[in-house]
Amino acid sequence: MISVFVNGEREEVSGNTLFSAFPPKENTVMILNGFQVNEDFPIKENDEIHIIEKGVFPPEKQLEAMMSARHTPKVHKVLKKSKVAVAGLGGLGSNIAVSLARMGVGKLFLVDFDIVEPSNLNRQSYYIKHIGMPKTDALKTQIEEINPFIEVSVKNVKVTEDNVFELFNGFDVICEAFDNPVDKAMLVNSVMLNMPKTKIVSASGMAGYDSANNIKTEKRMRNLYVCGDFETGADFGTGLMPPRVLVCAGHQANMILRLLLGQNEP
Amino acid sequence: MKLNGKHFKLSEPVSILNFIKDKNYNADRVAVEVNGKIVPKTEFEKTTLKDDDEVEIVCFVGGG
Repeated sequence: MISVFVNGEREEVSGNTLFSAFPPKENTVMILNGFQVNEDFPIKENDEIHIIEKGVFPPEKQLEAMMSARHTPKVHKVLKKSKVAVAGLGGLGSNIAVSLARMGVGKLFLVDFDIVEPSNLNRQSYYIKHIGMPKTDALKTQIEEINPFIEVSVKNVKVTEDNVFELFNGFDVICEAFDNPVDKAMLVNSVMLNMPKTKIVSASGMAGYDSANNIKTEKRMRNLYVCGDFETGADFGTGLMPPRVLVCAGHQANMILRLLLGQNEP
Repeated sequence: MKLNGKHFKLSEPVSILNFIKDKNYNADRVAVEVNGKIVPKTEFEKTTLKDDDEVEIVCFVGGG
């Protein structure tokens, strides 16, 4: 008998290969130690095996075990107890929030004052059915459909110098995802002045369709990280297109992930 | 002085506000750090930059 973990629960199995212990069935997917397998492999003590029924949403414990297997238990544990605030839920913020939710970041705080309007659909994580809804509520609804087991709180408010501290104090990382450069500078300055120990991941320059390779992440000053090409602002003739906006959102989400996991270099 | 990690020759002391204007930056769209300290926008006019300062300026452009 070998003692292994099956969907997060310890189980004694007979047979020293995956398929001898768990004969493959149609409509299931097998994951051995975080890796999806389609052929038989030897198994040993303490291996983590996930047998996922296709097309069925698993209960919380099983989903947690699967996420843990996917991201490694250490990473999953850290992310689950992390708290990230996202300021601005447009092309950057909505996509970053979805990415953080998919990773299983335990607590998300989403802030925006605006409603979803038709021109947002070119790059932001919203659907026609969300038009007219506050972006905060539209995004919360989506995240509940991706991972209902993370805590999402929202605030439908315009961020100003006067409410930055009250809104964002106590978060591990703050993500600046505004559109307007004056708002970007206001938030970054307020956080650096009033919450000097808090890390802030910001963005500058992701409009148009210049090379995606020009978008990068830089560490600036003490706790500021800026993603973008640093020069291509939205302007007449240079619109915000989904690919570069998503590349930049990916840079920001990855930097947030790295910071949560203790990696401070871009 | 050192500007964003590179040597920069400052011919005479100048306020942050005028320095930013000379560089064609907008004071509402920047974050400025002098010798490791963030300088709030309200202090740009009365803070003078000297040639031995280490200055870091981040300028934001629109889009998100």
